[in-house]
Amino acid sequence: MYVYADNAATTALSPRALEAMMPYFTETYGNASSLHSPGQRAAEALQRARETVAAAINADFKEIYFTGGGSEADNQAILTGAAIGARKGKKHIISTAFEHHAVLHTLAKLEKEGYEVTLLDVHKNGVVTAEDVAAAIRPDTALVTIMMVNNEIGTIQPIAEIAAVCREKGVLIHTDAVQAVGHIPVDVKALGVDMLSMAAHKFHGPKGVGALYARRGVPLVNVIEGGQQERGKRGGTENIPGIVGMAAAIAEATTDLEAHMAYVTGLREKLIEGLSKIPHSCLNGDRDKRVPGTVNFCFEGIEGEGLLLWLDQKGVAASSGSACTSGSLDPSHVLLALGLPHEIAHGSLRLSVDAWNTEEEIDHILWAVPEVVDYLRDMSPVWDELERGVTPHLI
Amino acid sequence: MALYSETVMDHFQHPRNVGEMPDADGIGEVGNAVCGDIMRMYIKVKDGIITDVKFKTFGCGSAIASSSMATEMIKGKPITEALELSNKAVAQALDGLPAHKLHCSVLAEEAVRAAVKDYYEKNHIPYDPAIFGCDDCVKAHEHAPAEE
Repeated sequence: MYVYADNAATTALSPRALEAMMPYFTETYGNASSLHSPGQRAAEALQRARETVAAAINADFKEIYFTGGGSEADNQAILTGAAIGARKGKKHIISTAFEHHAVLHTLAKLEKEGYEVTLLDVHKNGVVTAEDVAAAIRPDTALVTIMMVNNEIGTIQPIAEIAAVCREKGVLIHTDAVQAVGHIPVDVKALGVDMLSMAAHKFHGPKGVGALYARRGVPLVNVIEGGQQERGKRGGTENIPGIVGMAAAIAEATTDLEAHMAYVTGLREKLIEGLSKIPHSCLNGDRDKRVPGTVNFCFEGIEGEGLLLWLDQKGVAASSGSACTSGSLDPSHVLLALGLPHEIAHGSLRLSVDAWNTEEEIDHILWAVPEVVDYLRDMSPVWDELERGVTPHLI
Repeated sequence: MALYSETVMDHFQHPRNVGEMPDADGIGEVGNAVCGDIMRMYIKVKDGIITDVKFKTFGCGSAIASSSMATEMIKGKPITEALELSNKAVAQALDGLPAHKLHCSVLAEEAVRAAVKDYYEKNHIPYDPAIFGCDDCVKAHEHAPAEE
């Protein structure tokens, strides 16, 4: 058995989305900007897709801008907030320490251009509060950008409350909802956000396509200059097959969402219960304020990359926030933001399941993980010292 | 291309000489849990020959494979030869390591040397400190600067 438990990284394309996409590669291949009938059929498909995506998040179709993915949507939203603020002399942006790099690196770029960025503490449980945001807002704050669901630990941020604070203070609010859409209810009106990013491949749509919701009246700044596509806000011939696939996938993912959430939450609870039996392990992130399918654990005395390689051999695809897997000196900035010491953060494991996973697959994971953890601890000098009491257990 | 060569994967999945050695003549431990890898090397020495080696490693796949390969390369060899084991030789024997994993082979080289040094000290064998270089060799293990 091989279990794919890395759905927060990407998901398999839904057969329905694939089927919807196919005609747009070979039959209806026209450019949506062309006046001839193949082009017009593509334009009609684009419009239908825009309406479907808008409906899924309770937006107006004119508020949906298709992009080349979630990162591009994040870039565009933040650059927009920064530009709008700059016109009024406001150059302060608030975000959190555990955002996706698409956000953090865009903010770092803006810092070099003279903006000031405040990264809020995410507390031990990985949840920012509206009070934290309110306290950080200054007269020169242009934008607040906070993710709806954290990609590594799955904690849900109180975006509606944060947006209410922002509205009251007249500050723009963007949320990176890449890990939320298709997994929990996302309603832009109920949330009260000005901008929201999403990516198709996180909900069984194709890779390379995403969308930015921008509330009517928010003048987007281009990341890609070009033709009049996306009402002039995103140049380049539209990726019609991708956009059609995104629409099919979002429709499928948001149909019976409550039932899917209940099912996936059940799988997750079984995972948490099973993994908690491993001694000296801990669940990262708030126990309850979390997306249905994401679980992140640390196991003391082992390193994450070895864990992943062995799990792959045993038939489990997972991910880790260890330094060795991030390709840099430090373990994941998300785990460090929670206040975890480096040596604990190195031994992290993220399992992300969704409605495509089964109970049997959870059983398989719960067989494989303890076995691999035991094996690696057995050859770990760190574990040896912990067990002999030379160094104290931290978890 | 896969991240690791077949040889690395082989040594990772079937590590040679893994374990402890209660009656070791020399034990070397290098690395740092904060950085994410620690290697401990045990050696048994008879008549200047390393007759047995064992290791324990906390670290990524390439750290485990590098330790395993290093133990194979020094087992049965004279100490003088073990001291000449270079990280390059370990990495080459593994059919290469990704650039950002080369420090794992450096760690293996250091672990061997640390075990030999410990053996010399425990047995009051005089040695030229110069062969072990500076005491903060751990610096060699410093990673590339984090991406900016």
